Amino acid sequence: MAAFHFELVSPEKLLFSGSVDSVVVPGSEGEFTVLAQHAPTMAVLRVGVVKVDAGDGKLSQLFVGGGFADISAKGLTILAEKAIPVEELTAARFDADILTSEKEAASAITDEARRLANEKVGQLRDVRATLGL
Amino acid sequence: MPSLKDLRNRIASVKATQKITKAMQMVAAAKLRRAQMAAEAARPYAERMGAVLANLAGGSAPGSNAPALLAGNGKNDVHLLLICTAERGLCGAFNSSIVRLAREHATSLMAQGKTVKIICVGKKGYDQLRRQFEKQIIELVDLRSLKQVGFENADEIAKKVITMFEAGAFDVCTIFFSRFQSVIAQFPTAQSLIPAEIPTAAASTGPAASYEYEPGQDEILETLLPRNISIQVFRALLENAASEQGARMSAMDNATRNAGDMIKKQTQLYNRSRQAMITKELIEIISGAEAL
Repeated sequence: MAAFHFELVSPEKLLFSGSVDSVVVPGSEGEFTVLAQHAPTMAVLRVGVVKVDAGDGKLSQLFVGGGFADISAKGLTILAEKAIPVEELTAARFDADILTSEKEAASAITDEARRLANEKVGQLRDVRATLGL
Repeated sequence: MPSLKDLRNRIASVKATQKITKAMQMVAAAKLRRAQMAAEAARPYAERMGAVLANLAGGSAPGSNAPALLAGNGKNDVHLLLICTAERGLCGAFNSSIVRLAREHATSLMAQGKTVKIICVGKKGYDQLRRQFEKQIIELVDLRSLKQVGFENADEIAKKVITMFEAGAFDVCTIFFSRFQSVIAQFPTAQSLIPAEIPTAAASTGPAASYEYEPGQDEILETLLPRNISIQVFRALLENAASEQGARMSAMDNATRNAGDMIKKQTQLYNRSRQAMITKELIEIISGAEAL
């Protein structure tokens, strides 16, 4: 399988950089898989899990808390607001995140902000349920 | 002429001070390394963000329908200055040079009849500006309790700024911080946050028109721009942290060296007066013996 370059960066650090076979990206309008030669795309991400297949049989999963995916001729770059390897995730961490989002929803001034915060709570719960935490 | 005891006390106190400055220098060096690593780790994100933004902004027509966060709201009357300084002193001219730049900026804006609002990040800047700009300062963001600046802190500040912008509280936002070049060189810098400064170098990445957008180009730009502000604030805070430690390191190095010089001088003076006293006593004994 043809490989392409993939980078996952969060504001704090560069989490992943290397050649991969495929990456499943949690787009805001549904998950999609990026392979080599993908058309240049820019997508908004929701809270979810990025699944990376490095091609050597190793599958790594990374939790992202929203962000952007930029697919160009040079490869895929994900700018995540927050990114944590799934193995390091704990239920307590999810609870804290859900709580802050809920607080945000409660203190939101505009309807739009409240809707966004509520959406985030839902997405966080979904991911948590999928991961079985 | 100070007595021998005075001199001894003075030397002891300078030595104690030297120990403190030496320790502070070493602590600053260790912290600097950490701050520099954090600043470097944040760089890829900021760079990619700049490239993506340049791509998007190049695609959308620079007309009147560009988002306000990107192009500004067309007015230029109320300026918000976000002044980032350190929480602690004893770091040379670090705080003063940022404050000086910001003060010049603010006074020139006020001379042009514009309204100025100030948000201070860091207590030291606030202390220095409080007297002159009592009425302009609207907020002090305190990061004192933090060991290391996280993205959440920057995000919080950015959210405040954006909320104010959307409420129409200001038209133009400028951030002041110190750009880190090396341990001995930090440059106080002013950067425009709103309207956004787009790096032009990335514009040559190819035609933006061939991009597919999900959901839409405008929606993406709308979510991207607030995040870009958070990133810029975050970067400024990290650069500031590294600069602060660098400035403190060189200031403390200077202080240690000065203390060393002073100890040398005082010790010389002490030895000389001790010698003079011994000579004096000898002369007294000898002349006393001769008189007999």
